Amino acid sequence: MALKIKDLRIYYQTLRGDVKAVDGISFQVKDGEIMGLAGESGCGKSTLSNALILLKPPMKYISGEVFLNDKKLPIDNYEAMRANRFRGVSIIPQYAMNALNPIRKLKQIISDLLEHHGESFVKMRDMIEERLKLVELDEKVLDLYPIELSGGMNQRMVMVISTLLNPSLLLADEITSALDVSSQKAVSKMIVEFRDRKIVRSVIFVTHDISILYQVADSIMIMYTGKQVERAPTETIVKNPLHPYTKLLISSLPEVGIKYSQAPLKGIPGRPPELLNPPEGCRFKDRCPVASEKCDEEPPLVEIEPGHQVACWKVGAIDD
Amino acid sequence: MGKYLKRKIIIYLLTFFFAVTIDWVIPRFMPGDPIRTLLSRAAMRTEAMDLLYNYYNKVFSLDLPLWKQYVNFWVSLFKGDLGTSVYLFPSPVFEVIKRAVPYDILLLVPAILLSWIAGNKFGAFAARKKRLDNTILPIWYVITATPYMWLGILLAWVFGVVLGIFPISGAYSFSMSPSLSWEFIWDYLKHWILPFGSLFIVQLGGWAIGMRNMIIYELESEYSRYMEAMGAPAKLIRKYAFRNAVLPQITGLALQLGVIVAGALATEVVFSYPGIGYLLLQGILNGDYFLIQGCFLFIILGVLIANFFIDIIYVIVDPRVRRGMSGETA
Repeated sequence: MALKIKDLRIYYQTLRGDVKAVDGISFQVKDGEIMGLAGESGCGKSTLSNALILLKPPMKYISGEVFLNDKKLPIDNYEAMRANRFRGVSIIPQYAMNALNPIRKLKQIISDLLEHHGESFVKMRDMIEERLKLVELDEKVLDLYPIELSGGMNQRMVMVISTLLNPSLLLADEITSALDVSSQKAVSKMIVEFRDRKIVRSVIFVTHDISILYQVADSIMIMYTGKQVERAPTETIVKNPLHPYTKLLISSLPEVGIKYSQAPLKGIPGRPPELLNPPEGCRFKDRCPVASEKCDEEPPLVEIEPGHQVACWKVGAIDD
Repeated sequence: MGKYLKRKIIIYLLTFFFAVTIDWVIPRFMPGDPIRTLLSRAAMRTEAMDLLYNYYNKVFSLDLPLWKQYVNFWVSLFKGDLGTSVYLFPSPVFEVIKRAVPYDILLLVPAILLSWIAGNKFGAFAARKKRLDNTILPIWYVITATPYMWLGILLAWVFGVVLGIFPISGAYSFSMSPSLSWEFIWDYLKHWILPFGSLFIVQLGGWAIGMRNMIIYELESEYSRYMEAMGAPAKLIRKYAFRNAVLPQITGLALQLGVIVAGALATEVVFSYPGIGYLLLQGILNGDYFLIQGCFLFIILGVLIANFFIDIIYVIVDPRVRRGMSGETA
């Protein structure tokens, strides 16, 4: 197993109390697997991915263990984690377009970052140029400043930099969110390419856009208000979702061949509860069409079939 | 680059023209008559007085219409002739200023540069530690809000009067005359330290506060966060942040120059330091048009040249400015 997470809890410390952004998450990512992590904004998906690489206040580690390649990852120890960053776990951040210091040349930034992991820019230059070709950047960009590149080029540059040390786990945090549809596809393909060429071993692809995950992910985990609600291979999540939330989420995606002027897209009524004081039991019960008294108890994550886990008392109870 | 320089030079020339014009106008609108002040020193009869008054008025060309005086002023300016001082008659203003300038340069350049460098270093250092920051920041606010003159008087009182360590007046002892001997240099330094200190301390606070704010902002920025996520050591992240944070400080230096020169005037007056500031005060008290003009001209030139240097330095350290030069923007 490339990544194994057990009962991870990450809260945000605020003056009004702890915001339970990641509340007891357990899952595994296999070698060579691209796992999609989807959910509404504010459900804790970015918190989860950031906690795996850079856990610092206001994020607070509460409990849980993370294993990377069967070795414990000291995510709660800022200093011990330093050696694991970049080489073990790496990230393409949400803000990738602004992630590079505008007044340093790109080769300077790269060489400074590599130096502290015992690598040298000069020795790796050939490899860097090869990777640049992979993301359709010219090698000349190395002599430019980030301000001289477009936002998209900067993002692709960050993709190259983040994967230079062939990390075991790559966290791709909302990398397609600010792009047009054709660029979205190109960037997603590059992530798959990285995996296929064994540049990265496994990927967590964080997004709110399930239609992109359908193209790149091997499996999808759906999160809702800090909890995982369903995890299954991509095909299963899209074709045969079991959790009511997943069903509603999938049914709110437009499909080809349907005229929505006649049957408007439904969406999910209501809003997610506050994470400061989440309700007891199932957190989706207030918006759930099939909720009952049973849902006041917290549903366990149950493995319905191999690789398909759901946290719902009513699994299979509703049909559209 | 050429286009950028050309535009800058035109702007500087225009600024120079207007500043010098104002410099010419202001003394002439001052109440008082320089020739009368000069003549009042000698007690004489009214007829003799009138005769001398007319004579001196001609000597200083003050009998000409104003526009002619103005044109003559520009013409002689290009010849390097700043007129004759009324107050120190008959020394030419140029000579008077030439004697004062070295004291100014030796006082101002170290005070400006050292306070800028030290303020940036201290500010960046304090921003790293929250506790240090919380204790030092209020002190800096007090320091930077201190008027130059008040701090000068305070320093003179403490070190000169109470402790008696440093002399509080002049650039060297009356018994000395300027020469390149160790004795004179030592004496000069003893006189130099208090005016320098009062200029240095007031400016230090401002620079440190500016730097501290900029560093905190840069350390919170996304590129710092990304480097942190890539496992870069704190030292490298701080180095990057410092380089970015220092850019607005360079602009700040250009903007502050005029204020600093004004501060130097107050300090020189407090310590009777024979620089331009002290001369200027004497010029104003005696209604000496030509000396006032000369002093201001020197200050205008100094500020403009320093600003020009900073503009060029900015081009070197900030690639964004370099890039803007080739385009239509900036």
